[in-house]
Amino acid sequence: MTVTDLPTTAPSPAAATAAQLGLRESATFDRATIADIQHAAATGVYDIRGWGAKRRVPHFDDLLFLGASMSRYPLEGYRERCDTDVVLGDRHASKPLHLDIPVTIAGMSFGALSANAKEALGAGASAVGTSTTTGDGGMTPEERGHSKTLVYQYLPSRYGMNPDDLRQADAIEVVLGQGAKPGGGGMLLGQKITERVAAMRTLPVGIDQRSACRHPDWTGPDDLEIKIAELRELTNWEKPIYIKVGASRPYYDTALAVKAGADVVVVDGMQGGTAATQQVFIENVGIPTLAAIPEAVRALQELGLHRKVQLIVSGGIRTGADVAKAMALGADAVAIGTAALIALGDNSPKYQAEYAALGSAAGYYDDFQDGRDPAGISTQDPELSARLDPVEGGRRIANYLRVLTMEAQTIARACGKSNLRHLEPEDLVALTVEAAAMAKVPLAGTTWIPGTFQ
Amino acid sequence: MTALAHEPAQITTETTAATEDTTVVDLAQSSVRDLNQALHDPASTSTEWLVRHPAGKHNIAVGIDRALTMTVEGNVGYFFAGMHKSADITVTGNAGQGLAENIMSGRVHVKGDASQAVAATGHGGLVVVDGNASARCGISMKGVDIVVGGNVGHMSAFMAQAGRLVVCGDAGDSLGDSLYETRIYVKGTVKSLGADCVEKEMHEEHLAELAQLLAAAGRDEDPAAFRRYGSARTLYHFHADNSAAY
Repeated sequence: MTVTDLPTTAPSPAAATAAQLGLRESATFDRATIADIQHAAATGVYDIRGWGAKRRVPHFDDLLFLGASMSRYPLEGYRERCDTDVVLGDRHASKPLHLDIPVTIAGMSFGALSANAKEALGAGASAVGTSTTTGDGGMTPEERGHSKTLVYQYLPSRYGMNPDDLRQADAIEVVLGQGAKPGGGGMLLGQKITERVAAMRTLPVGIDQRSACRHPDWTGPDDLEIKIAELRELTNWEKPIYIKVGASRPYYDTALAVKAGADVVVVDGMQGGTAATQQVFIENVGIPTLAAIPEAVRALQELGLHRKVQLIVSGGIRTGADVAKAMALGADAVAIGTAALIALGDNSPKYQAEYAALGSAAGYYDDFQDGRDPAGISTQDPELSARLDPVEGGRRIANYLRVLTMEAQTIARACGKSNLRHLEPEDLVALTVEAAAMAKVPLAGTTWIPGTFQ
Repeated sequence: MTALAHEPAQITTETTAATEDTTVVDLAQSSVRDLNQALHDPASTSTEWLVRHPAGKHNIAVGIDRALTMTVEGNVGYFFAGMHKSADITVTGNAGQGLAENIMSGRVHVKGDASQAVAATGHGGLVVVDGNASARCGISMKGVDIVVGGNVGHMSAFMAQAGRLVVCGDAGDSLGDSLYETRIYVKGTVKSLGADCVEKEMHEEHLAELAQLLAAAGRDEDPAAFRRYGSARTLYHFHADNSAAY
């Protein structure tokens, strides 16, 4: 993406001048659209970029909490307990995970991220007692070493898939899709296929990697049930098995994931990030995180398995309020990806000059596929990677995770809850009709939930 | 015959015609779980295994991680010998979907036919199917060698990255679609080649490696009767002119 994508909503001096001149920009053919058309015409290639959906969609911002007052007691902040720990995977696994906080680090590969970035994520998450996740490309020994609790992603490409790594993982996440591209496979462009990355993935150095979008040895939920049984046999029924889906039909996908034998279902909304995907895919396929959670929860409740099969939600989690809102809607935990990269320094204003040199700007940079990240995160370039101090990065991740947790606790106590998982839809109202319909909570100040008849 | 070192109660060992040192597991009596747990037991020293009455059950012998020899008398279901390492296994019957998927090393030999996705994503070792293999044989293979005595179905060696696929019969549609560095040898006809898969010349080194693979699979075909197929490598980089192939 180029700087022509800068938004037009905030009037710039240039826009003011244009308005004074009586010029009118088309809402349909705005400057970003014009730039996209011209880029396509000039190159014959679609735009590939990182990050998740950038369009505005109904989100957690459109929800508010109803704090305690007359009819409910709040809890004393800093004095009365508000528990944050969560057990994941106790449906079938003999060794479920017990995390201290309900905020996990989503799957991001070594390859997409630098080794230093992976180390920082592992160190930071381990410091606050939560898990990290591998990605497309397998597990590195460093990653296993840095993460106290490591979830191994079992992906269609099976790059670097090794039963030894499955056996030394703490949980296995069978990935069917991700929110940025439900129905799409991974991508890693040649700039990032260094010798080490290529060797891990059994690919020629420097090629543009196109990963498979479907698993090679099973099709559909009946096969998946047998596949999950295989993974359990391999690990002697010790490890929790997650199924991750990109949010598109979360009610059916969740029900089928449960039927296939998942201990944990991960639902990733369209704001969830990616390291490299076609922009047309990111912006036009999948549904918002807010719309996905109640449907996934409904499936679990109808099966009598809500809280027994745990639900992890990701896609656009930024603050403790987002954590609390996702959990109030019924999630047992959340996962963060983009926010964690930002905590590490991604899109920091201190790199403004370098972003500008790449044709971008701090706050807009999304060319994760290029491998030229000034912050040293989405790159395999040794000089750029060296800019990210993994110890300092780990400290920043731990700080951020602590803030998310304390913010969520602040809200939970205000709602009178002694455990984050006691938050419930009844604690929420919506600011817009759309959010009310998706979240299935009343429009603020009313008892109206669109789609229900009273 | 020896008992299992840590013998689960459900495993039935019996006196058979097998040799004294063979561990016999009858899946009509014992569960697949018991068999796999016994195979994974680090204390187990048994190196000769005989499995009876597999009855097409799924996930038999998944995750073996040591040198042993096993014979399975009958048919096996999905993911037989999944993620296999080191051991030498023979199945006297047919195998279901995902035979020896993601095999790392060792040898898996099926005397009958095999269903879809034989040795999918296999990283090493040798998989031999004496009969026919169905669709997507060798899909996404990453170093495994596969020798099929009969035919293979459509989309075989789809996105195959490394290793060798030998087909002594015919290949179905779209052989080697989106191939990376896997080499494919076919003795019979190829119904159609997939995107970016082309026929290549047989050189001395190819005849030599094919002879070695055929010998390892216990076959007597003449390497000179095969044709070689590989990647044209035109899809390795995104390019507007390749858009029809994407």
